[in-house]
Amino acid sequence: MTKYALEIKHLNKTYRNGVIALKDINLNVEDGDIFAFLGPNGAGKSTVIGIITTLVNITSGEVKVYGKDIIQHPEITKQMIGVVPQEYNLNQFIPIIETMVNIGGYFGLSKKQALIKTQELFEDLGIWHKRESTPRELSGGMKRRLMIARALIHNPKLLILDEPTAGVDTELRLTMWDFFKKINNDGVTIILTTHYLEEAERLCRNLSIIHHGEVVQNSPMADIMSSSRKHTYIVRTDSKITNKNIFEESINIIDDKSCELTVDNKTSITEIITKFNQSNINVIDILSKRNKLEELFIELTQK
Amino acid sequence: MKDLYLIQITTIFKKEFARWSRIWIQTILPSVITMFLYITIFGNFIGERIGEINGLAYIHFIIPGLIIMPIISNSYMNVVGSFYSGRFQKSIEELFVSPLSSHVILIGYVMGGVSRAFVVGFVVYIVSLSFTSIPVHNVFLAIFLTLLVSFLFSILGFINAVYAKSFDDINIIPTFVLTPLTYLGGTFYSIYNLPEAWQTVSMFNPIAYMVSAYRYAFIGVEDLNTYGAILLMFILIFMLYSLAIYLLNKGIGVKN
Repeated sequence: MTKYALEIKHLNKTYRNGVIALKDINLNVEDGDIFAFLGPNGAGKSTVIGIITTLVNITSGEVKVYGKDIIQHPEITKQMIGVVPQEYNLNQFIPIIETMVNIGGYFGLSKKQALIKTQELFEDLGIWHKRESTPRELSGGMKRRLMIARALIHNPKLLILDEPTAGVDTELRLTMWDFFKKINNDGVTIILTTHYLEEAERLCRNLSIIHHGEVVQNSPMADIMSSSRKHTYIVRTDSKITNKNIFEESINIIDDKSCELTVDNKTSITEIITKFNQSNINVIDILSKRNKLEELFIELTQK
Repeated sequence: MKDLYLIQITTIFKKEFARWSRIWIQTILPSVITMFLYITIFGNFIGERIGEINGLAYIHFIIPGLIIMPIISNSYMNVVGSFYSGRFQKSIEELFVSPLSSHVILIGYVMGGVSRAFVVGFVVYIVSLSFTSIPVHNVFLAIFLTLLVSFLFSILGFINAVYAKSFDDINIIPTFVLTPLTYLGGTFYSIYNLPEAWQTVSMFNPIAYMVSAYRYAFIGVEDLNTYGAILLMFILIFMLYSLAIYLLNKGIGVKN
């Protein structure tokens, strides 16, 4: 049994119009992982996902799903993949239960098998009561859940989620996170692209950041959380901060008596308080703004 | 594996069948009404003045052609409309991320077009019986030809859908190619009643062979050799099927 759910080697993609979308991408996703695949808009994330799902042709390189090459064995690899695309791509005119039966049929499930699985998924995702509705009659959040259910109808081993919670309210997002964790615990490997870095931080164990078609970071989430060189604090003071040069590092005034301070991670809280005191300002409160992933993301993608 | 392919093809076919049958007022009825009017006006009103062609009442002469016309247009429009609509909505991606082979996708869609063509053809035939009794000369040949013609034009519709970039593009071929070829294919006249130059031109119109073969299946009279027509259809089906599979394998119109 291969250790990797996904192996990408020297993957390149140049579109017909000459746009180079991917440059020598190398990536491994371990079986059972929840893997974050991050990057700004247009970085190449959706191109990679398109290639894995064979909707985008490869220029050069190799992609394997559980050890099977996607070009040589497309029918085997597709059977192992479920994909939730970023854009809605639902048939707008048929009841959603019919969509599920059709997709099940494409994967070789009988109507009976597809209906049983659909009921299970729709109940888990809270859309069973909408089974006779067409996608046009569903809210944005329901459409997202439908696309997740559709991707899981054939029990894939690898689930690819491309912005699965985009446009979804906070409460539903939390519910969906729990659902992703549950299916991951059941053995489904998940690859997640998202613009909500908190989502990646909360769910994922490993991550890759892609920028301008190149992988610029590839490491466990834990390493990133402990290795960031910068740290940001919110500092509240008893008097007005008039001197922005208290620190050599970046200081953003939020209002008269509070500021956002980004310092080297070796700088202790005591040192910060001492420096404020030296400027005759007392620190009332100091909070850590825990956004190391965001800091890293900005650092890597704004180069 | 055989079971897998069977489930997959059946699924696409059922989806396609449900699609056109759910909106039968848009898909079946217009062709039936149009052919009803053709039979009423050309067969009844004008036909009585025209008299006989090749020893047959004019209404009998034109009915096989009037049945094959909606078979051609419905098989074509069903597949081009459905596949392009899927591309437009991007729901076609469902097929391409699933473990479906190109043959399964194509056959599934073609079966959808064929089923619609059979239903329309049958209903038009039933309607024609209300005007005149026209016994079918060779039922099996009529069914076989309906299958070949609808299969052929379904594939053609599929190829059109792959290349179409807008809804306008799916009407170009039917309007500017199929309709003229059908009207000039001897539906309303015998090719041998044309001036010699036009007879020669008609020999290059594949639909003329189909109309002739269909007329033979219904009334036992042919302008052109029926076996030649069947051979021609097999050759065209083979060529167009191969092209459609090539397009699917390359992902043209779907993949980037």
